[in-house]
Amino acid sequence: MSATAEMVTGGNPAQDAVARFRRKQIAGFAVPAVILAYFVYLFFAFDIAGLVDRARMDNAKILVADSYSYKTHITHDNRNGGVSFAIEGENKGTYPDGMMPGFVTSTGEDAVKITLDAGEVAEIEGSTLRYSLPDYGTVTVTVEGRDISLETPDGTIPDWISASNARVNITGEGGRATVTRARTEVYVYSYGWELFWFTLDSPFYGKSFAELVTLAVSGEQVIEGQSNFAAMLSEVWNNSMWRHKDVIWAIFETILMAFLGTMGAAIVALPMAFIAARNFNRLASLRFAIRRVFDFVRGVDGLIWTIILSRAFGPGPMTGALAILITDTGSFGKIFSEALENVDDKQIEGVTSTGAKPLQRYRFGVIPQITPVLLSQVLYYLESNTRSATVIGAITGGGIGLLLTQAIITQKDWEEVSYYIMLIIIMVIFMDTVSGWLRRKLIRSDDSGV
Amino acid sequence: MADTSLARNSAAPDTSAIQDAYLAMTRTKRMYGGIMLVIFIALMTSGFMLADSRNAGGFWDGILNIFAFPGEVLAEAREKVTLIPALMVKFFPSLIETVNIAAASTLIGGLLAVVLSLLSTRGLARFPTLVGPFRRLMDILRAVPEIVIALVLIFILGGGPVPAMIAIALHTAGALGKLFSEVNENASLKPLEGLESVGANWTQRMILGVVPQVAPNWLSYALLRFEINIRASAILGFVGSGGIGYDLKNAFSWGQGRYDEVAAIFILLFLTIVLFDQLSSHYRNKLVGKV
Repeated sequence: MSATAEMVTGGNPAQDAVARFRRKQIAGFAVPAVILAYFVYLFFAFDIAGLVDRARMDNAKILVADSYSYKTHITHDNRNGGVSFAIEGENKGTYPDGMMPGFVTSTGEDAVKITLDAGEVAEIEGSTLRYSLPDYGTVTVTVEGRDISLETPDGTIPDWISASNARVNITGEGGRATVTRARTEVYVYSYGWELFWFTLDSPFYGKSFAELVTLAVSGEQVIEGQSNFAAMLSEVWNNSMWRHKDVIWAIFETILMAFLGTMGAAIVALPMAFIAARNFNRLASLRFAIRRVFDFVRGVDGLIWTIILSRAFGPGPMTGALAILITDTGSFGKIFSEALENVDDKQIEGVTSTGAKPLQRYRFGVIPQITPVLLSQVLYYLESNTRSATVIGAITGGGIGLLLTQAIITQKDWEEVSYYIMLIIIMVIFMDTVSGWLRRKLIRSDDSGV
Repeated sequence: MADTSLARNSAAPDTSAIQDAYLAMTRTKRMYGGIMLVIFIALMTSGFMLADSRNAGGFWDGILNIFAFPGEVLAEAREKVTLIPALMVKFFPSLIETVNIAAASTLIGGLLAVVLSLLSTRGLARFPTLVGPFRRLMDILRAVPEIVIALVLIFILGGGPVPAMIAIALHTAGALGKLFSEVNENASLKPLEGLESVGANWTQRMILGVVPQVAPNWLSYALLRFEINIRASAILGFVGSGGIGYDLKNAFSWGQGRYDEVAAIFILLFLTIVLFDQLSSHYRNKLVGKV
């Protein structure tokens, strides 16, 4: 600014223009150069080179694969005998006795035949595993006491088999197998999210959609004393593998945090904003004090408030709601008091001329003027706080944020992680739509101000 | 005489009808307002009670203990007040990292947002048919909470500042892209026509015709975003890793005995946020004042 002022006083317009061009040219090179220099600095400060080494692309592969497929573990206990089938190897996903997945056939005591994709077949017979590949032949792994012996058709070990004294891993096209002294395990990958609706112990497991519809409308009760439809709902709701009940509650808690926090903040901030507005409060010292309160509350970040509150209130939605409430009181106070300072005095004078008392003056002269600003800000914050509530939930322990962090920390339920991520996105988009719809609806219909 | 009385007679029912209609409208409006208020109060109270019952500690217990933790921190900080400056120096590098995460993500996200916003503004877009998809893309980028991307990236890339940076940058691209494209819509198309007539291609038209018109507003939004991103990067540090948030988490979970560190980090964070808040609002006022 000062530089241009000097140049203008410098006289000669042609020289002036040249100087300005030169300045622009320099800026045109300097800005990208500064940005580039900053990125170079970051490259070293953030250790990007080291990051490439540390990046675990296999983790990324697991994450992607798990999000659209699941694996069934077929396990033979090499110490005590017995074959068990479990989805994702989890207790909750273990097939009950006498039930087995469709691709497994029983071939005798302690012996099963597993049909895999790509024409591969795995057979478990006692502590012997035979893994047959169509182009290669049969790999035989036997556990005898403390030894694991591996036999391949040509006697050499290909690179898709890793073998040591304690462990043999076979990675085929259609499946995977691991043999240790303790157990022989075959993993079968299938598409979809298994057990999403019904768990294995449910009478409705494995039924097609058409069968379920027929069951729902037919009178025959599968579970005594409950209509089939109610029983189905309750089976899905109480699904122990995907925990739909907890997840829906968590989503609800997150929205509750955002709602209570935002609305509470607006309720607290509105009266304070009147005190902080120049045209409603003549006491400069009080005005100053309230404004510093707003600044302080905003400056002490939401993170710090969350930590302080989580100590006092423990984990749960109330803590998150209060953290949002306190942080946003500062922001709302600032926005509202600015809106109040911009109100038109004429309307207030008009209301006063009809003999309105102070409270009525505020109600009919001021509130209608600031309602649009107020509502649109509150609704905008409601939407953005739904996102904050996810993060705050992860810190204090509540809502979907907690479930997400838990699922990520265990590092194996990636299908659940992708499920939660999808739900979170749906939740945010839903809140965005609702708040946008409300904003249009309320602000338009409130034109008359009554 | 007869005329005037007739006119009066015919006018009287008219005004009373208007008055009745007005009063009826006011009544329904009041009723709707009343119903809305009742629903709102019911939602707030039931929500409050529900949140209270699902919280580990109750509201009323908590509100009495609200100063217990700050009290402990203050007490310990007062005891070790001489150590605090040294601790603040110790944590300064982490603070720089947090600010760097915010700055880098604002920069990268802002550059992405520039491209996205130009591609999704009607009248400016390079591919007019793709305006819709680009807008949806920005909606999705905006909708995904930063923590989701950050946690997934931490799993793949390991700890450090980069996952947080990418997460915030993606969110910033979506958020700023929307604001930028609103600014772009108000840009005059005349310079573009002029440039087109001399054979400028799309990139040249945008850089020479649009950017000079909208740059001050873009910068002002970007500064506001930078302020928001500093807070976000501190929070992501706490949840994931990197920056001052991570140090805060470590000191905090250690508990008593390290509250002097907690106090030092609180002070650093507070000062940083206030400083950048002031800086950004100062420059924003300057930028918008210039337009």
